[in-house]
Amino acid sequence: MTGEPQIVACVDGPLLVRGDVELLSSTGEPVERNRRTVALCRCGASMIKPFCDGSHKLVGFRTDPHVDPDDAGDR
Amino acid sequence: MPSTYPPPSATAGTLSSDEAAYAAPPFGSRGPVSEQLLAALRRPADDADRTLSGFREHLERAIDGSRDILRDDDLQLSLLVLHGLHYGSVVDADDEWEWHPAMVAARVAIEREFEAQLRNKVPAVSFPDPTPEGVATALFDLTKPGPGPSAARFIAKKATHEQVREYVKLRSVYTLKEADAQTWSIPRLNGRAKAAMVEIQTDEYGGGRPERMHSAIFARAMRGLDLDDTYGTYVDEVPALTLASFNMMSMFGLNRRLRGATAGHYAVYEMTSSIPNRLLGDGFRRLGYGDDVTDYFDEHVEADAVHEQIAGRDLAGGLAEQEPELLDDIAFGASAALTVDGWAADDVLQAWTAGRSPLRGPQTRPEVPEERE
Repeated sequence: MTGEPQIVACVDGPLLVRGDVELLSSTGEPVERNRRTVALCRCGASMIKPFCDGSHKLVGFRTDPHVDPDDAGDR
Repeated sequence: MPSTYPPPSATAGTLSSDEAAYAAPPFGSRGPVSEQLLAALRRPADDADRTLSGFREHLERAIDGSRDILRDDDLQLSLLVLHGLHYGSVVDADDEWEWHPAMVAARVAIEREFEAQLRNKVPAVSFPDPTPEGVATALFDLTKPGPGPSAARFIAKKATHEQVREYVKLRSVYTLKEADAQTWSIPRLNGRAKAAMVEIQTDEYGGGRPERMHSAIFARAMRGLDLDDTYGTYVDEVPALTLASFNMMSMFGLNRRLRGATAGHYAVYEMTSSIPNRLLGDGFRRLGYGDDVTDYFDEHVEADAVHEQIAGRDLAGGLAEQEPELLDDIAFGASAALTVDGWAADDVLQAWTAGRSPLRGPQTRPEVPEERE
């Protein structure tokens, strides 16, 4: 995909990444991207990190700061 | 009474090869409507006056008498075949049948009753807010994963080789044509909703790599299970309700009027996929199957975690923002997807739990009511 990169911070969910973005591990290795638009985990619970696998829904991950943090990500 | 729809076996046995011009499908009829339809489709469309004699009356009678059309084998199989004229590769037939007025009329007549019963039987849900975020939130709320038993959990923990093969046979009615039903809707959408649908479909169709098309990955999984990936091979074993699940999305996709229902339905499909597919992949791995089989499920864990965000916010939400009057149909499509597939999954789980097969057994010829005057 060409064009300006775009990152959508999804409510209660992942970061949706569109466009030309180089995805690297912390040691600088390229992370294989299987599709043009990817979703990056930000709840920490995904089993396929750095990608999202929907686990945020199981752990009650909330991006709304008003929600009691004890309710989020405690499994 | 009209002898215009002899059983397919009789058709094959008594017609000479030039009379039966097209090959018999790999599945049989389930009542008078599908019987006459399948027999007529073996002949050129030019023979319609003869092959469809009395068809409209039989169809009307079948529709009038169908109290639960979702579980009506004859009408759901007929609708699968009629939609199949548009898809291709469901029955071998004269291309002229696709837009033959009798076929279009039959499709619309069954669809109208199907839609009316769906609207009646599917629990009404209402979405409060025709904005992208409002619709996405409502859809995620509706599809929140629950802790209860499910076919996916059963497969993860307990299913036998035979049961997972049954599961894949049931899935094959839709999944060998995965995403095609929704593609019908693309020219019927605009702007943000259209761009979202195309973004999802690009991925469904492999992003330019035919071997990565989800339908192709599924076909490979079928072969890995020693199943035939030819469309229709297992239709005889698939109950009406599972045909109805596929027919419903074909109907939503083929009717521009129902584009809202397509958007809501597709969003629900994407939102109820990643987590169950992880369980399914685990189940097939537990049974010792390799990547050729598990790839389909693993692919959906990652892909649908992307698609659900796009489908909720940009497709369904974008459509609601453009056309707020479609909000109720978006909610209807969403509820219909959850409800119909929920019923079908319950049937499967109940059968397995009771030690039965969820598939239709070897069929004796269905009893045809004889009181047709």
